[in-house]
Amino acid sequence: MTLMTKFFGAAAAVALSAGAALADPGLIIDLGGKFDKSFNEAAYNGAKRWIEKTGGKYKETELQSEAQREQSMRRMAESGANPVVVLGFANASTLDKVAPDYPDTKFAIIDMVVDQPNVESIVFTEQEGSYLVGMLAGMASKTGTVSFVGGMDIPLIRRFACGYAQGVKAVNPKAKIIENMTGTTPAAWNDPVKGGEITRTQISQGSDVVYAAAGGTGVGVLQTAADEGILSIGVDSNQNYLHPGKVLTSMMKRVDNAVFDVFSKGVDNFEPGIKVLDLKANGVGYALDQYNEKLITPEMKAAVEAAKAAIIAGDIKVHDYMSDDSCPVETM
Amino acid sequence: MDFLTLLQILDSTLRLATPLLLACLAGLFSERSGIFDIGLEGKMLIAAFFSAAIAATTGSVWIGLMAGISASVVLALLHGLASITFRGDQLISGVAINFLAAGLTVLISEDWFQQGGRTPQLSGAARFNPITLPLTDTIGAIPVIGPIYTEVLSGHTILVYLALLAVPLTWYVLFRTRFGLRLRAVGENPGAVDTAGVSVTRLRYTAVIIAGILCGLAGAYLSTGFSAGFVKEMSAGRGFIALAALIFAKWRPWQALGATLLFGLLDALGTRYQNIDILGVNLPVQFMQALPYILTVIILAGFVGKAIPPRAGGEPYVKER
Repeated sequence: MTLMTKFFGAAAAVALSAGAALADPGLIIDLGGKFDKSFNEAAYNGAKRWIEKTGGKYKETELQSEAQREQSMRRMAESGANPVVVLGFANASTLDKVAPDYPDTKFAIIDMVVDQPNVESIVFTEQEGSYLVGMLAGMASKTGTVSFVGGMDIPLIRRFACGYAQGVKAVNPKAKIIENMTGTTPAAWNDPVKGGEITRTQISQGSDVVYAAAGGTGVGVLQTAADEGILSIGVDSNQNYLHPGKVLTSMMKRVDNAVFDVFSKGVDNFEPGIKVLDLKANGVGYALDQYNEKLITPEMKAAVEAAKAAIIAGDIKVHDYMSDDSCPVETM
Repeated sequence: MDFLTLLQILDSTLRLATPLLLACLAGLFSERSGIFDIGLEGKMLIAAFFSAAIAATTGSVWIGLMAGISASVVLALLHGLASITFRGDQLISGVAINFLAAGLTVLISEDWFQQGGRTPQLSGAARFNPITLPLTDTIGAIPVIGPIYTEVLSGHTILVYLALLAVPLTWYVLFRTRFGLRLRAVGENPGAVDTAGVSVTRLRYTAVIIAGILCGLAGAYLSTGFSAGFVKEMSAGRGFIALAALIFAKWRPWQALGATLLFGLLDALGTRYQNIDILGVNLPVQFMQALPYILTVIILAGFVGKAIPPRAGGEPYVKER
């Protein structure tokens, strides 16, 4: 038995040293899938951009179920990938447990804070980006009712909802905001059928602009909105192209830039600690391109740009749901 | 809750109940002939994939529908082969079909489309579009009946109407034709049917194929009618809810319609009212979304009475020599 243990120990040491020499970065794609046209796809695009620029290569795994988190994180670390980018809030507790076991591997987690010496936590101020698209929704709505479809019901998604609601109220204090969550399990990130049905329900309640912060579920929301002739707002990636002229804008969350940065800095320039990507750092924003330019009038653009400048200057404070688990403008 | 809200909920109910109804009728045919079928879920899933994939590549939803039904029938025949010809365990064969479909759909779609187990979004003629029933303007003007006709009944895809028509058709076939009598008999006492000179194997295969066709319709509805494209695991347990509805309906077609509409209604309510205040108590969203399943347990345990399955169900027929 001891012989076996020694043997495995030696093998592991060899694997680790070999890995340190190679040091390709690694990316663990979260549930919802690589091509969710949203959160995970943004990360993948960042990695792709890094390849195009540096000609390097990286390791990638895609989670298939909740139970694989720890296993895939350990395998990624043991395969020698360094630094390793982990996507999504749900990995926080696992990473907190795994990171100390691989002190030489640098981890970066997106959307959550993990307090370990070899972990960089990258968080975005989604409330600020959502505030801006909320303003656009409030101005574009003719019925005075707008809606929100969340993915899994977690504080992070409520932060999107709360920022959105504040933005809508800022331009139209009398506006009605309908909010729905797709579900309470990770399956809610990938249920476009349910997303579409929720959107239909919201439309029947009078909504004419719907904001989807729901990963792959958002595809169904945007589809239904386009079918029923109302406007929609995409999330994370720029989703304006999905239904040209029918997607009002997209709340851009530059997960691609975050992944690109971590990959580019590599192991040597790795910065542990918390990194906040806000409006000022261009971590969040709203998308304006050839597909939606006709939907955004010059007045709308001027109003949003003014608000953006005010948020950056600190004149407008957008309340963060996660700071006190409540939202000043609405209750869910 | 005002009248219009009620109508909107019923409208949503009809959309949500359709895949359950089709799968439930599929189970009805199969189980009435003595073949338990827990592979409804898998057959729906594979049909959903193939109808979306073929519709996306050919641009025609009808070719897609045919492909979906064919794929579902192939799995149904596999179930038949395992449980009728080779007298295997029907439950195990059903479970195998569910796993097979879950794996195959993702594998093939990854190979064909490289989009992480989904098909491209369908549009135009590649999906079933809502149809407005005739005379909506004339009938719509009548109070009460008018709004029900225009809001609830009109504006669905053709598969919804097909599913509703399948109920009386199933009833007629099962209870008013010679084939139906034999089918029910073979589920109760295959020995007697065999003695009368009718082939048990053939009857059971026919039933299993009909189940395949109905599951194919249910799956095609999910990916080309209800939504516009396939995503992995999109059947999301509907095949199992359909089985629960089948037991609740005690293996009868009209009751199956009632049961699936009830499950559809619960689903619609859960989607619409995520947080309700009832008498000052706030029911959380988790509760509302679990409600259909909680009620399933309560209904099946308490209110359904004694549900007696077809007597020869689950047993392979061995001809005496």
